[in-house]
Amino acid sequence: MITTGLSDTEIISRVLRGEQTVFSLVVDRYQNYVFSLVIRFVGNREDAEEIAQDVFVKAYRSLADFRGESKFSTWLFTIARTTCISFLRKKKLGTQSLDNERTGIQLANRESGFRADMVEQKSRHAMLNEAIRMLSVDDSQVLTLFYKGEQTLEEIGRIMGLDQNNVKVKLHRARQRLRVKMEKYFRHEVREIQDD
Amino acid sequence: MRYVKYRMIKRKKHPPGMDQANDSGSFALYKEKHMDIGQEMEERLWDFIDGLSNPDEQVSIRQLISDDPAWQRRYNELLNVNKAMHLHELDAPSLRFTKNVMEQIARYHVAPATKKYINKNVIRGITAFFLVMLVGIILYFLGQIHWTATSTDLLVPQYSLDASKLNWGKALNGTSVNIFILVNVILGLILLDKYLQARKKARNRGETI
Repeated sequence: MITTGLSDTEIISRVLRGEQTVFSLVVDRYQNYVFSLVIRFVGNREDAEEIAQDVFVKAYRSLADFRGESKFSTWLFTIARTTCISFLRKKKLGTQSLDNERTGIQLANRESGFRADMVEQKSRHAMLNEAIRMLSVDDSQVLTLFYKGEQTLEEIGRIMGLDQNNVKVKLHRARQRLRVKMEKYFRHEVREIQDD
Repeated sequence: MRYVKYRMIKRKKHPPGMDQANDSGSFALYKEKHMDIGQEMEERLWDFIDGLSNPDEQVSIRQLISDDPAWQRRYNELLNVNKAMHLHELDAPSLRFTKNVMEQIARYHVAPATKKYINKNVIRGITAFFLVMLVGIILYFLGQIHWTATSTDLLVPQYSLDASKLNWGKALNGTSVNIFILVNVILGLILLDKYLQARKKARNRGETI
């Protein structure tokens, strides 16, 4: 997380005192995290952008309810997750289980794309992002929250409504599945990372 | 010669340390056992990489990594995944994102904290009131039972309450009783309204913390 400038608590208290414009600091600070979490759920940028905006608006309106019992980021990511779930329910995409891997068709389309020459054309980081997107929503979320969102297992548990031990198991499995995907589709990139 | 060759091929199919005569059941058990070991190894290594293992475990893992090539190989594999995850970049929304959010926010105000308008003491008071009411009704009905004991049936109360004989009209027609019931109904509706409002707000906000 960005640590320069005002802390989250300072920003929140200033916003609550009526300095609405200061909230833009929160948006700047967390937009990539929220957007990445949301895009793992919905799969396309247009919807993800709309939902991510909605998350910040909801966070702003409910700011007085943030009691500081958790990190602000944990609270914000919880709003992001519940907003995504509501969105999927509304769009009747609920048939796609959050625990299971994405549907065969989606995966097959993606995988066929990787087998082609485009593998060489894309950057290493883009490849990793694609590998993460090939995982289930829960797997990719748990990885994003742990590695990029800097959330502890307990905090991830709060966000996802899971026990800490379950999160640990989920994290192990997510990394295991990611390793399999990387070995299968991005062996070359993995070697590059190794050589760095 | 052909028989020896066949025996050699067959032996290769089984992992070392397993009798070729073992049936498929034992082979499945062997495989399962090795998978468990692999999984356990991976879990221990991930804990080590994440810094979640205790000092003794860390020493033990370091020893295993330096002594055992299998552990070393797996450790390097996992380390690569870990490194890749740390290097991976987040998706970024459009450049106008912050501006869009701020434009939307300009139309709203921060909502007052839920705590402020749902006073727990009021809810507790209403709950206590209903409990007292409930206890009162129960006591009234218990008062209608004639607790008589006979030599054959010492502890069983003789329940002689006849609902048809109860003077409901007298009980319910008094002005004070009517007011009492009316107040109760109003309080009940207020409580229900508060509960539904809180639920709706929580659902709209979509937060659980």
